[in-house]
Amino acid sequence: MSPRATSRLEPAKTDPSMIRNFCIIAHIDHGKSTLADRMLQLTGVVDDRAMRAQYLDRMDIERERGITIKSQAVRMPWEVDKQVYALNMIDTPGHVDFTYEVSRSLAACEGAVLLVDAAQGIEAQTLANLYLAMENDLEIIPVLNKIDLPAAQPEKYAEELANLIGGNPEDCLRVSGKTGVGVDALLDKIVATIPHPVGDPNAPARAMIFDSVYDSYRGVVTYVRMIDGKLSPRERIQMMSTKAVHELLEIGVSSPEPEPTKGLGVGEVGYLITGVKDVRQSKVGDTVTNAMKPAADALTGYKDPLPMVYSGIYPIDGSDYPNLREALDKLKLSDAALAYEPETSVALGFGFRCGFLGLLHLEIVTERLEREFGLDLIATAPSVVYEVTMDDGKEITVTNPSEFPSGKVKTVLEPMVRATILAPKDYVGVIMELCQSRRGIMIDMQYLGEDRVQLRYTLPLAEIVFDFFDQLKSKTQGYGSLDYEEIGLAQGDLVKVDLLLQGEQVDAFSAIVHKDKAYAYGVMITGKLRELIPRQQFEVPIQAAIGARIIARESIRAMRKDVLAKCYGGDISRKRKLLEKQKEGKKRMKMVGRVEVPQEAFIAALSTDGEKKGEKKGK
Amino acid sequence: MAQLPDGDVAPLDGALPASVLANSSNKTLHAYLHIPFCRVRCGYCDFNTYTSSELRGVTQSSLLDDLLAEIRFSRQVLANAGLPKREFSTVFFGGGTPTQLSAAQLVEALSVLRYEIGIAAGAEITTEANPDNVDDAYLAELAAGGFTRISLGMQSAVDSVLKVLDRTHNPANVAKAVAAAKSAGLQVSVDLIYGAPGETVEQWRESLETAIALEPDHISAYSLIVEDGTKLARQIRGGDLRQPDEDEQAEKYELADELLSKAGFGWYEVSNFSRTPETRSAHNLAYWRSNDWWGYGPGAHSHIGGVRWWNVKHPATFAQKIADGVSPALAREVLSDETRITERILLEVRIKDGLAIEVVKTLNPEAAKPISQAIADGLIEADAALRGNLHLTLKGRLLADALVRDLLG
Repeated sequence: MSPRATSRLEPAKTDPSMIRNFCIIAHIDHGKSTLADRMLQLTGVVDDRAMRAQYLDRMDIERERGITIKSQAVRMPWEVDKQVYALNMIDTPGHVDFTYEVSRSLAACEGAVLLVDAAQGIEAQTLANLYLAMENDLEIIPVLNKIDLPAAQPEKYAEELANLIGGNPEDCLRVSGKTGVGVDALLDKIVATIPHPVGDPNAPARAMIFDSVYDSYRGVVTYVRMIDGKLSPRERIQMMSTKAVHELLEIGVSSPEPEPTKGLGVGEVGYLITGVKDVRQSKVGDTVTNAMKPAADALTGYKDPLPMVYSGIYPIDGSDYPNLREALDKLKLSDAALAYEPETSVALGFGFRCGFLGLLHLEIVTERLEREFGLDLIATAPSVVYEVTMDDGKEITVTNPSEFPSGKVKTVLEPMVRATILAPKDYVGVIMELCQSRRGIMIDMQYLGEDRVQLRYTLPLAEIVFDFFDQLKSKTQGYGSLDYEEIGLAQGDLVKVDLLLQGEQVDAFSAIVHKDKAYAYGVMITGKLRELIPRQQFEVPIQAAIGARIIARESIRAMRKDVLAKCYGGDISRKRKLLEKQKEGKKRMKMVGRVEVPQEAFIAALSTDGEKKGEKKGK
Repeated sequence: MAQLPDGDVAPLDGALPASVLANSSNKTLHAYLHIPFCRVRCGYCDFNTYTSSELRGVTQSSLLDDLLAEIRFSRQVLANAGLPKREFSTVFFGGGTPTQLSAAQLVEALSVLRYEIGIAAGAEITTEANPDNVDDAYLAELAAGGFTRISLGMQSAVDSVLKVLDRTHNPANVAKAVAAAKSAGLQVSVDLIYGAPGETVEQWRESLETAIALEPDHISAYSLIVEDGTKLARQIRGGDLRQPDEDEQAEKYELADELLSKAGFGWYEVSNFSRTPETRSAHNLAYWRSNDWWGYGPGAHSHIGGVRWWNVKHPATFAQKIADGVSPALAREVLSDETRITERILLEVRIKDGLAIEVVKTLNPEAAKPISQAIADGLIEADAALRGNLHLTLKGRLLADALVRDLLG
């Protein structure tokens, strides 16, 4: 075992050959944060007393769900053969919604620890990130975690990992993040096998932003990996995508608390503070250079985050609308991928159409809005972005189904994904059934080990955002895992189904669905609303329609009696207060034409599908 | 629902604010006396009534003494308020079961009302009665003592329905009581309840026909309301009985309207039908027209000149207040002008004479819209509306509360 390092290398003066930059690729709940905690303790950067579980997960939501949304970097000293090294652990987001951020984190590293739960084996998301890591030519160190668990099957999963990445099952390290067993050997192996960073110390500075975090006290904290040259305090830096120039107020490393340094040199990982207040001014993937002596070329790989999934977010209490706006404005400071614009709905009043990277992103944002800003919200069913071309050649981008054009549509393009599903082989049948019912086309299927299968499908993203993951989990009793990546647009035979209440269109329930599924959707939504909307003084037809064609119909029978029989013993006050209460209730009704609909009815109709968004905490 | 009114603190001396003077002008004065006794409590009943074991020592005669004390107290309060002297235009004994008191006791209470405050000549004086505890002699004694009318709790002519309602009277006694009342010279009203769990439309028809055959002067037909906290509500929640279906209730109301009209009974309030305009219940109409009344006894509600108050509910608590020489009111509310108009709309729309549209417009200047909608929906009569009055149609009577909500905007 290597001893804890007795000294630390000084940032800005560290020889690149003494630096190892790595990340940990793991599925939710496979113990990444716990392993990171052990590393922090073992290397002595966090003393035992200050240690708290999952030190690096800063947001409450992250700690509660056991997932990492935003990455961080920690510099740790480690000594091997009397040589002190600087290890930079770059924590990556663990979810498909943040694939782009993952790719930037990976680009900041030379190696990756592939961490797999020894009782569960590799999951689809891990596989996807592993794939990205290998594409980036990262050195992979396979590690089985939780070997202290009675259910651990290290031999079986070592075999599985060896099949995936090549090499021998014996090369697979075995650790327990919980007890600390094997963690020192892992640190040794990181030093031994991960290549040190290479760069030109004399070239103009180039640093890649792999994360950007808003801090209410310090403004935006930008995490960078130095590629070439050097950055020093007080110099003026430039963002190469926007050409914006900022003064470098502070530069340093996290260890894991921020420690200002005299700068950062080639291969080093650290943070910058410039005083900007909006993460959009410090975009993930962008290149930072010296404003006086700028680099000629930016680093490759930068992309603007593009929302993939849209949802209308509305305050349940309409008077909260200004508060919702303020909350979104604040969240935007720390979330460059969040997009929103005001929207009005007949059913739900004033709100915002918000764009997200994916379902988890949507869920995290709504949860933060509710938790951190005390708002009660309703989100409409998530929708993807459609590119519609009309017969006259006009092109329209549709992010809200109610805006789907009603004229002559020539083609509709919808986003497609390549989905990777891993599950025990017994579930292959139900998974294929599910994918087929969601317009999936199989790409291939292969065995990962004796009993685990990987299925790959091309699927419309719209089918995935509509409770696909919940279905997969329930049909595979929790064993199935899913990952997907965008693969562009494809033409779909899609139609818009509108919901009409007494002839009035209710925008919140418009949906764009495949032609073959329009009828089923119509029957489902009309039936649901019939149950939820109270009877009125007149009959209320509920219709689902494609254009002018009615495809499903229900009706709410007219209420025939609404009168109290008597006011017993002259108790008029009671009757009047009852009326006042009813009137109060009436104020909370949404009027659709003449029909009074309790907002709760809309919420209930939307939430049955809308509530189970994205991936909850792993099983 | 029983908990709705909270109200303000009622003053111990019962003193009324000066505002009652203006609000009581042109209003008649009425008396309600609450007799909170029942031999058994019916399963559907959430009225303020008690069986003997629940009375904590209150007896028929102690209650009578307390009522008489409150009558004397009321004279003082009305006089102190500076209201001009008015006699009672109607008197109504309700319950509970007023006929749990002897005829002599009821007559005594009436005498004290007459002595202390006065009863107008020709006043309608009613008591509710259980068919089981009135006979020729009892009714004759009431008539001799000044009563003019009895209201019999018949509820249904069908044994199985009476059983669900927990009514213990012998149906055969209803006809006897009606005959006895008539021979004593009393007007007769019978109360019916429709919509008990399990009651069929045909059974309801049977009850209506039986009631009509008795040839009373007046029939009230109330739909059963399942009140929280009653045995009936528990039976329905527990699945022992079926929740009455609102559509079927509507159908039964329409049947009542049809059969009663054919038999010559005209509706004059949503739940009330009378053989002639003269046999309408003047007391009942006083409530709907927001006249003044003093409600005597435990839990009774009063309304004088825009002030509503209600007494403490338990007879023993009531007795204690009376013994302490303070107002038995639990709480009260002084109605704002707007609230008084709201109540007028709420109440007067239910009576056949209807309500002037002008009254609605004082609260809702935009009333023309819901009124035209109500005409279109057939809830009010178009010709009356064109002349400035709201008159409910049959359909409108069944949807009166919904209409009021629309009218108030």
